[in-house]
Amino acid sequence: MRFVDEFRDADKARALSAKITGLCEPGREYKFMEVCGGHTHTIYKHGLEDYLPESITLIHGPGCPVCVIPMGRIDDAIHIARQPGVLMTSFGDMMRVPGSGGNFFDSNAEGTNIRMVYSPLDSLKVARQNPDRQVVFMAIGFETTAPSTAMTVLRAAKEGIENFSVFCNHITIIPAIKAILDSPDLRLDGFIGPGHVSTVIGCRPYEFIAHDYGKPIVVAGFEPLDILQSIYMLMLQLKEGRSEVENQYSRVVPWEGNLTALRAIAETMELRPYFEWRGLGFISHSALQVRSKYAKFDAELLFDVPGVRVADPKACQCGEVLKGVLKPWECKVFGTACTPETPIGTCMVSPEGACAAYYNFGRFTRTRVREASIS
Amino acid sequence: MCLGIPGEVIEILTDRPDLARVDVSGVKRAINIGLLADEEVKPGDWVLIHVGFALSKIDEDEAKAAMEFLEGIGKAYDDEIAALRDSQIV
Repeated sequence: MRFVDEFRDADKARALSAKITGLCEPGREYKFMEVCGGHTHTIYKHGLEDYLPESITLIHGPGCPVCVIPMGRIDDAIHIARQPGVLMTSFGDMMRVPGSGGNFFDSNAEGTNIRMVYSPLDSLKVARQNPDRQVVFMAIGFETTAPSTAMTVLRAAKEGIENFSVFCNHITIIPAIKAILDSPDLRLDGFIGPGHVSTVIGCRPYEFIAHDYGKPIVVAGFEPLDILQSIYMLMLQLKEGRSEVENQYSRVVPWEGNLTALRAIAETMELRPYFEWRGLGFISHSALQVRSKYAKFDAELLFDVPGVRVADPKACQCGEVLKGVLKPWECKVFGTACTPETPIGTCMVSPEGACAAYYNFGRFTRTRVREASIS
Repeated sequence: MCLGIPGEVIEILTDRPDLARVDVSGVKRAINIGLLADEEVKPGDWVLIHVGFALSKIDEDEAKAAMEFLEGIGKAYDDEIAALRDSQIV
């Protein structure tokens, strides 16, 4: 329980916990999905499940972009990096994600040049400094990072940089939530909405969840009390028979989002007809590609991309974890063959993946594992 | 990569008004503030930074709370700060 002891506002958390428990109807089970990997991290780090009554289960959703990228896209990136004159750049999070023939580090050991960068702007600087190389940025992330890629493409166009391009893997959160709502595997009672994505897209895009599916959603901040407060707001909606979009994180998230960011995305990118998500399969209009107006910055047009679909390793159950059907510890290889040091699946690679978060923190704080298996 | 990290604006670069020098846990680096074009950003303001771009303005209390939270989560934040330290966008 050492992590729980560090929890700053434990008294306030216990008070919220009592209010949440007071709203539970006897005999009813509640399942809420936290969409964002950052929330998953907080929940395990602070043992928040211990503050909730047994009838409430938190399901970890697909909101970790590193986790949902399919193996084939890693292979494609490595294939691009192997082409003559290419210098690939990537966020550090991606470096250890396994492709079918190894990860980016393995690929570098065999001669490719895949460099870690903090920002797509660093990648653009690498391009300026290496005019004799084709610098490709491995773009990944939801709407939190897509504006940064978009602004970088606009900057490259303005400066007339000829040796910079983007291998675009940006995905959008709404189609993934819809896929989960339409999935027969899982019955959810509500959603803890992503905080930072909502800074960009605002709260309005979630209205279909409340109106068409009749489920409450509360956009939440990342601190332990934010999450407990959001669960209380969800329970209150259920108690009062409401299904609405509410914003617990209004101190950071404006209802309308960031219009400058949305305009930059719309200017430089367009929806793909479909995109494969690890665990969720192919989802229509769920990802972005570089708009044809900016075709000279689109690595998929400049380089050969095999685009071969690669099945996950048989032992890996990331797909079931990402859909919320399995808890991390229910996966056959969790903590044995698959650990953060030697990950088999993506959920163990990213610190925001449900498996890594649980491996690093959750198993120390969890005192009530047994009830959590999903019936 | 997914972490939003709070930084305090030190100065707006005179030759590039879309860039600002910020202080994140003592690390001083240039970031892009072009996504806050609709708001006035000035020294002393706090912003939430994602991969080198300020995505929103926040107040000082929120920044302090967010910082305390991030410092508590350990390695993921250390990695983010290390990456920021290596960042040289100008």
